[in-house]
Amino acid sequence: MQYMLIMRSNDEAVEAYKEMPFEQVIEAMGKYNESMVEAGVLLAGEGLSDASEGFVVDFSADPPLVTDGPYGETRELFNGFWILDVASKEEAAEWAQRCPLGPGSKLEVRRVQGADDFPADNEWIQKEEGWREQEAAKRAATAPGGAAG
Amino acid sequence: MVADEAARRAEDSARRAVVAVWRIESARIVATLTRHTGDFALAEDLAQEALADALAQWPERGVPRNGAAWLTAVAKRKAIDHWRRRERLDDRVAAIAHDLEREQDEAADALPWDPDEIDDDVLRLVFIACHPLLAPQARVALTLRVVAGLETAEIARAFLVPVATVQQRIVRAKQALADAHVPFEAPPRGERAQRLAAVLGVLYVIFTEGHAATAGDDWMRPDLAREAIRLVRTLAALQPDEPEVHGLLALLELTAARFPARVDAQGEPVLLADQDRRRWDRGAIRRGRAALARAEGFGRGLGPYALQAAIAECHAVAADVASTDWARIVALYGGLEQVAPSPVVTLNKAVAVSMAGGPGAALAIVDRLAGEKALAIGHLLPSVRGELLSRLGRDDEARAAFAQAAERTQNERERAILLARAATR
Repeated sequence: MQYMLIMRSNDEAVEAYKEMPFEQVIEAMGKYNESMVEAGVLLAGEGLSDASEGFVVDFSADPPLVTDGPYGETRELFNGFWILDVASKEEAAEWAQRCPLGPGSKLEVRRVQGADDFPADNEWIQKEEGWREQEAAKRAATAPGGAAG
Repeated sequence: MVADEAARRAEDSARRAVVAVWRIESARIVATLTRHTGDFALAEDLAQEALADALAQWPERGVPRNGAAWLTAVAKRKAIDHWRRRERLDDRVAAIAHDLEREQDEAADALPWDPDEIDDDVLRLVFIACHPLLAPQARVALTLRVVAGLETAEIARAFLVPVATVQQRIVRAKQALADAHVPFEAPPRGERAQRLAAVLGVLYVIFTEGHAATAGDDWMRPDLAREAIRLVRTLAALQPDEPEVHGLLALLELTAARFPARVDAQGEPVLLADQDRRRWDRGAIRRGRAALARAEGFGRGLGPYALQAAIAECHAVAADVASTDWARIVALYGGLEQVAPSPVVTLNKAVAVSMAGGPGAALAIVDRLAGEKALAIGHLLPSVRGELLSRLGRDDEARAAFAQAAERTQNERERAILLARAATR
């Protein structure tokens, strides 16, 4: 199952981060990322640029309103994320706790929805006739080693 | 009652925390201990004992801040106790014990390892678990246990065998490695390619077992397949310069991308032609194609896994069966016949030929395979033959072929489909 780790920091944490030597920050994050790559769990991760480069699309208005703000408080802003592929919620929690963040920072951890979260399509019943036609051949054609399709 | 319930829940949560830490750290812990003790079997036992301690203690005392350090420290203490208990306490042993004790004092809270050294250690562990000395089933069990951190019961459940069987396989495998004095080192340069092939083979078997269950009534066991993918990703991180590791990773990601579309709401298999391609996992396709591009980037030609991945990519990028580049697939199977000839590959090529050029040419290839032993025992040959005959309008022969295929398959769901196929001809 996949989890998204969403990083949020308040002003204090952002300031504290600016004080830290860049090299040190890069190294701590680099090691953290490397450990997840080597465990085979890291699928994606990006840092987000300064909020001033972003904008907001507000759907309260019709048509939606695009503005430079207003933003809420800094602590409500996301500034980076990771997507992990783990065996359990606890494993996601274990990785999240290892993130090199300081006071004022939070990780919101959310499960990424997969196909299982949606009801299977009824289209299949209509297509059933079709699948009876061609299955065996397609199956052998596409499976690795020909086991199944 | 309420208090009982709360206590039970707390215990459960602590237990799951132990398992999570174990999943992440077991390979590193066993690897570290093996380096210190020079004895893989002992290291594995010590790590398991530490795990048992954690399962007993964490629910009561709470989950420690650094669970990995806790497990490693406990296992090391057990190593020291073990050496002390032994009568032949020679100088070497005393020195190791001293080292371990000193290290333990120093590493109170810090992560208890040197990352550079450990990465090599984990790799050595992978090579040991997949040692050619061991039977394939033992390699699979040991890899899942030691490298993936699965518990014996989980492995048993995944392969539908009794726990005792898995236990036995693991104990015997460790004994065999100990008897042969298998050293804790990466294989010598000359043997490396061959050994890596064995490692990839084991990981592929784990995936395939999840992808298409060979026995029982489950069509697939995705957890096992996902575990295999994670192991291959780990290996790709440890051995980034091996094209076939990326080739295998690409193959598994691209194959797994289709999982969401492979079964319908009733749990029945949905075959490629009928799969709703919108349900394919785009993220997995992206990762698979990236891994394939990496394998291709070495410019050394594609190995068997990368070739199969390239075939899977043809399907992944096609909007439907009709617009699939079957000619390219035929060519890729041709390449596969060169580097890894097998009747199964030829059979698959025949199917691609039937899509690219019609059933007649394909049937000729299939009929040339009729004498092959490897396929004679399987159900694939008659199943494909039935399909081709059916398309050629030779219904009686098609029916007989499907019935023969149904007789030969071990998978219940598959048999049902084949029987239905025979009945509708």
